[in-house]
Amino acid sequence: MSLWSVTFATLRKDIRLEWRSKDALNSMLFFSLLVVVIFVFSFDPLAEESRHIVGGLVWIGFLFASMMALNQTWARELRNQVLDAYRVSPAPANALFLAKALGNFIFVSVLEALMTPLFVIFYNLRVLGPAWQLIPVAVLGTWALVVNGTFFAAMSLRTRSREIMLPLLLFPISIPAVIAMVAATTAILTGEDSAHFYIVLLLTYDVVFTTACLALFETILHAE
Amino acid sequence: MKRLFPIFSVITAVLLAYALYQALVVAPTDALQGDVYRIIYYHVPSAWTAFLLFFINFIASIQYLASAKESTQKAAKWVVIVIGVVGVIACFLPQVQHLLPTGMRPSAVATTVLAIPAFYFFVGKFFPGQRLDVLAVTSAEVGVVFCTIVLVTGPIWARPVWGIWWAPGDIRLTSTLVLWLIYVSYLVLRRFSNSAQTQMLAAALAVFGALDVPLVYFSIWFFRTQHPQPVIGGGGSMDPRMLHVLVISWMAFLCFAFLVCWSRFRLELLHREVEEAHAMKSLVGAGAAAKASVPLNRRPQ
Repeated sequence: MSLWSVTFATLRKDIRLEWRSKDALNSMLFFSLLVVVIFVFSFDPLAEESRHIVGGLVWIGFLFASMMALNQTWARELRNQVLDAYRVSPAPANALFLAKALGNFIFVSVLEALMTPLFVIFYNLRVLGPAWQLIPVAVLGTWALVVNGTFFAAMSLRTRSREIMLPLLLFPISIPAVIAMVAATTAILTGEDSAHFYIVLLLTYDVVFTTACLALFETILHAE
Repeated sequence: MKRLFPIFSVITAVLLAYALYQALVVAPTDALQGDVYRIIYYHVPSAWTAFLLFFINFIASIQYLASAKESTQKAAKWVVIVIGVVGVIACFLPQVQHLLPTGMRPSAVATTVLAIPAFYFFVGKFFPGQRLDVLAVTSAEVGVVFCTIVLVTGPIWARPVWGIWWAPGDIRLTSTLVLWLIYVSYLVLRRFSNSAQTQMLAAALAVFGALDVPLVYFSIWFFRTQHPQPVIGGGGSMDPRMLHVLVISWMAFLCFAFLVCWSRFRLELLHREVEEAHAMKSLVGAGAAAKASVPLNRRPQ
């Protein structure tokens, strides 16, 4: 069994499960809708101000919402000892990790695609910088959240009260990625600075932590 | 070894008292800041000690992860040697030299780089097996305490000198804070995880944290170069008398940290022995536990 065939089989299974139940996606969507509404009530900014703060708000909303998908990632595999079956199977451990990370990436990307128009409507946004740069920022930023999130979700499986553990482990490590995402988004929205440095930083973050996750996941999965 | 402990405690107490005397009485008053600057003799040594302890934690975690398999252990050893050799050679290449901040001598940087393999082999030699993990938890705990001292004394000094408690865009403040957050989450993980895999998970988290620190540094570095802040005078020179007191203070703090680590290390070893004895007792019943209680398990596993 090659790495990619196992990856795509697992990914297809996860997407099908999510398509039928829509548990993670629905709860994420409703949660981030609530975040948008609460932020609108609490800040009520002018269009000019909102350009400066909305980068932070968007990413905070997505960060919190993605916790729901990440927490569900492995919980599903604990039922009926699926994860133990994975451990004894000859399938490469990294295939499982990649499938889970790609699955989460797809779910969070769908969430972002659906929620971004709402942010635009509620905050009367108009991008002053090069808008196409938002796409690499979104892709790299989402992967930065999701790759470490999937890894730490696997880590927190072994702890008491694992749903609380995940953000406690993930947020400190994600700080540079969040700084880069927010700063890049603000730079593009206001058009005052160039976002290049932050895009490169996000890319570095992604490369470093994807490598680290792939190198250490087998140890985490088989840790006994 | 146990007899050395009280002797060393007395030496540390004397050294700390001497450093306090030097800091409050002997050191000259700063021309611009007045007496408030004297907090530097607690702030800076704590910071150096905390960073050293976090570095030890990182090395111990790497060693622990590598020791899981024979092949990774061998690979890690070569990687560390290569890092040492390449790092030292690179410091003397002209292309790299002008990347170094002004005032930093390449030989000093090379010595620092050499410390990585030196520490790695030292830690691997004297802390075999499970003791690596004990070393990691000890250094993380004591490091967090010293880092807390840094984060508390910093704002106390900043308020009268800068006029603000905290400069959000400052590179050193923010990276120290993030470092503290990462290590607190490390300790939380150790507290919440009650399985046999805790050590492996914690070691992996420590490696992630160490990878994160340079990224934090760069993310704020750019931020700051865009928005300059009134911050610590970086390349400013220091009165040699002040530097002298600072080094004495650091020695005192290092001794103190070593003392605390030592007792925490022994405590953790005893704690694990007790746990093992309990597990043994419930496994084989009272009779077998009595037999196992004298030597216990001091061997590496």
